[in-house]
Amino acid sequence: MLGKIFFLLCLSSAWAEDLCSKAVPPEAYYVRLSIKTALGDKAYVWNDNEMFLFQATLAFAMRSQFSGQEYNVSNIVVCDETPRVSFWFVVTSLEDPSRLVSRGDVEQAVRKSRNRINSAFLLTDQTLEFIGITPTLAAPVAPNTPPWLIVFGVVMGAVFAGILVLLVLPLIQKKRKKNQPMEDEDSDEETQVKTAENGPERSGVYNMSFSDDDKFTQM
Amino acid sequence: MKLKLPNPGLEDRILSHQQLDKVEEEEAGDRPKWDNKAQYMLTCVGFCVGLGNVWRFPYLCQSHGGGAFMIPFLILLVLEGIPLLHLEFAIGQRLRRGSLGVWATIHPYLTGIGVASMCVSLTISLYYNTIIAWILWYLFNSFQETLPWSQCPMNANLTGIISECERSSPVDYFWYRETLNTTPSIEEDGGLQWWMLLCHVCAWSFLYICIIRGIETTGKAVYVTSTLPYVVLTVFLIRGLTLKGSFNGVKFLFTPDLSELAKPTTWLDAGAQVFYSFSLAFGGLISFSSYNSVHNNCEQDAVIISIINGFTSVYAATVIYTIIGFRATERFDNCLSGNIVALLNAFELAESDITDSSYDQVVQRLNETYPDVIQGLDLKTCNLDTFLSEGVEGTGLAFIVFTEAITKMPISPLWAVLFFIMLFCLGLSSMFGNIEGIIVPLQDLKVFPKTWPKEATTAVTCLICCAVGLIFLQGSGNYWLSLFDTYGGSIPLLVVAFCEMVSVVYIYGIDRFNDDIKFMIGHKPNFFWQATWRVISPLIMLFILVFYIITKVSEKLLYKAWDPESEKFPTLVEKTYPVWIYVIIFVLAGIPCIAIPFIAVWKCVKAKKNESVIRKGNSSRSMTLFCVFRFTVMNKLYDS
Repeated sequence: MLGKIFFLLCLSSAWAEDLCSKAVPPEAYYVRLSIKTALGDKAYVWNDNEMFLFQATLAFAMRSQFSGQEYNVSNIVVCDETPRVSFWFVVTSLEDPSRLVSRGDVEQAVRKSRNRINSAFLLTDQTLEFIGITPTLAAPVAPNTPPWLIVFGVVMGAVFAGILVLLVLPLIQKKRKKNQPMEDEDSDEETQVKTAENGPERSGVYNMSFSDDDKFTQM
Repeated sequence: MKLKLPNPGLEDRILSHQQLDKVEEEEAGDRPKWDNKAQYMLTCVGFCVGLGNVWRFPYLCQSHGGGAFMIPFLILLVLEGIPLLHLEFAIGQRLRRGSLGVWATIHPYLTGIGVASMCVSLTISLYYNTIIAWILWYLFNSFQETLPWSQCPMNANLTGIISECERSSPVDYFWYRETLNTTPSIEEDGGLQWWMLLCHVCAWSFLYICIIRGIETTGKAVYVTSTLPYVVLTVFLIRGLTLKGSFNGVKFLFTPDLSELAKPTTWLDAGAQVFYSFSLAFGGLISFSSYNSVHNNCEQDAVIISIINGFTSVYAATVIYTIIGFRATERFDNCLSGNIVALLNAFELAESDITDSSYDQVVQRLNETYPDVIQGLDLKTCNLDTFLSEGVEGTGLAFIVFTEAITKMPISPLWAVLFFIMLFCLGLSSMFGNIEGIIVPLQDLKVFPKTWPKEATTAVTCLICCAVGLIFLQGSGNYWLSLFDTYGGSIPLLVVAFCEMVSVVYIYGIDRFNDDIKFMIGHKPNFFWQATWRVISPLIMLFILVFYIITKVSEKLLYKAWDPESEKFPTLVEKTYPVWIYVIIFVLAGIPCIAIPFIAVWKCVKAKKNESVIRKGNSSRSMTLFCVFRFTVMNKLYDS
C-alpha cells in the first residue's frame, strides 16, 4: 500500500518534470505576481514556501469548485519560474495524472475563489494576474435619485424662499406703517406746527427736479 | 499745449461743485448709496477679480516665460490699468450718473459709448452666467463619496466601460458627454439639455436674489462672495504645498525665460490680460463709484484695487500650479511605472531591477541588445514638462485638469466642493458688475416705466437674459460660448476704453477734470496721472486694439470640436466655422463699435433739426409776444 503511494508520487513528480521540459500545453495558465508594486516596503520574498502556498490555494480553489474531487498540491504543476515571479501552471486530473484539466474548468475555479487566492498573497486582481482570466468588474452603484438633484432641490428651495421673503417683507412693512399713522394723528399735528416755525431759518431745500432733467435739447 | 475739443453747454448739464456739496450735505439726492466703504471696495474687488484671474492668468504666465511675464504684466498694470481705473472712478463719482448718463452728460453725441458699453455687458452677461451654471452642475455633483468624474460608467449590457470614455478619460467624458452632451460641430444643435436648464435657472435665480434691490442687496452679498475665494485659495495653498510634486509646478510657473520679453505677443497678451482683468469699459465701475460720496478718495481706491487685483492673479496662479504640479508628477510617475512594468514583463526581470532612477540606463542597454523587442513594446515618452503644460487654461483647466487632480487627493468631495464654491463666488461677484452695466443704462434710456419698482426691472432683465442664454444650453452650446467670448467680449471693449479716455481728456477737458479731482480729494492729480491719461494709456490702448484687430482678421476662423468619430480622438479637432457665423460675429463685435459713430451722427442730425424748428418757433413767438404786448398797452391806454 505504502509502496503504491510512493510509486505514484515518484511517477507524478517525474511526470511533472517531464511536463515542464515540453512546450507549454494549451491548458496552461500564465501567472504573474507584482509583489513589490503591491506591498512596497512590506514585500515578502518569493521562495519555495510561497510557491507551495500557491499550489495549495489553487488546489483549494479546484476543490471548492468541484465538490467531492479532492485535488492535492501534487495535482498543481508549476513550470518556468522566473525572477519576475511569473510561471505557468497546469492542473492534472485526479484519475489520470497524464491528463490535464481543461482551461474552462480551471478558469471557473479561479474566478470563484479569486478573492481568497488574492488575499492569501495580500495582492489584488492587478498585481496577481492570471493571463487570460479577466477580473470581473464591480457592478456600479447607481442610486435611485441622482444625488445632484437633491442638492439642487435644496438650493433652489432656499433661493425661492429668499426671493419671496425679500419681495413680501416690504409690502408687510408698508401695511404696518399705514396702520400706525392713524393712531398718532394728534402728536403729528404738533410736530408739523413746530417745523413750520423753523422753516424760514433754512435757506431752502435744494430742488433736484431741475438738475436731474434730461438736458439734451438746448434752448 | 492742451488739446480740447469745443463742448458748449457742458456747464448746464453737470452739477457745479457748490451744488454737489449741497446735495451731499442735505442728502437730497434720490440716488442709492453704499452703506459703508467696505461694501464699495468689496464690490469693486469682486467685479475685478473673476474667473480670468484663476484660469487665464496662470496659463499666460506659464506660456510666456514664467517669472519673466511678471515684468510686462506689472509695467502695463501701472501704465494702463491703474490710470484707466482711476479715470472711471473719478468720472463716475463726479458726474454721479451711470455709464450711459456720464457720456451723455459730457456730450450728447457720445451717448453711443454708453450704448456700446451696455451691449458688451449684455453679451458677456449672457454667456458668463452659463459658465456659472456649469460650475453649479459640478458643485451639485460633488456631494458624493465617489466623484462621478473619477470613473467611467459601464455600457448598456454591463460587459465593459463605455467606449468614448475608455478612449479618452473619465474627466473628459464627464465634461464633454455628461455635462455638455456636446455635438461634433456647431451646426448640429443637439437640443436643450434638461439638467443644464435646471442649473441655468438656478444660476439666474441666485443672481436675481442678490441684485433684487440693486446695491442694497448686492452690498450685503459681496461680504461673502468677495472674501470666500481668498479663504479657499489659502486652504488650497496649504493643501497643495503638502502634496508630492507641487514644487515642480510652482518652479515651472515662475522659472523666468527672458527671451520671451522680446516677442511682441507677450506684451500684447499682458496688456489684454490687464485690461480684461480690470473689467474696464463695462460701465459697472462707473456706476458703482457714482454711489459714493463726492469727497471719497477715488485715487487711493484705484491704487488699492489694482494692487489687490494683481496680487490675486499671482496668488491664484501659485495655488493652481501647486495642484497642477501634483497632477503632472502623478501622471509622470504613472507613465514611468507603466513603461517599467512593460519592460519587466517582456524581459522577465525581477521587480527591483528597474527603478525610476535607473530606467533610462536600462532602456538604453536593452535597446542595444534587443532593439526589436523594445520597438514592439511601444514605450511612451514620459516628459514632466509636457504634462505640466497640458491644456491648462479656461474651462479645460477648471473642469478637466483640476477635477482630475482633485480625484487623486484624499477626501476628494471636500476639495471639489470648496473649489467649485470658490469659482461660483468669483463668477457671481463679477456678474454683479455686468448686470449693473446693463440695468442702469436701461434705466437711463427710460426703457422701463418709472412706476415700476426696482424688483420688477431686475426681474424682467434677468428673465430676458435667462431666455436668450438658452442658446448656450444646447449640445453645441460650448462652441457658441467660445464664439461669444472671443468676438463679443474683446474688440468692442478695447474700442470703448479708447473712446472713454479720449472723451474725458479731450472733450470733457483735462483741466476741468483736474479741478474736479482737486475738489473731490483735495489735491490735483500729479504728473504721473497727467502723463498716463493724456498720452501713454490712450497710445497703449490704440496699439493693443490695432494689433488685436490685425491678428483676429488675419487668422483663420477655427474652433476646436469634440468629435468621437474623428481619427485624432481624444484630441480636439479643428473645424472651420460655417459661413453664416460671420453674420453673428459682425453682430457681436461690429454693432457695439459702430453704435458709437452711428449714434453720434444720429444725435447730430436730430439736434440740427430741432435747432431749425426752434429758430422758426422763436421768430413766430417773438411776433406773438410783440402782438400781445401791443394789445395790452393799447388796452391800458384806452382804459385810462
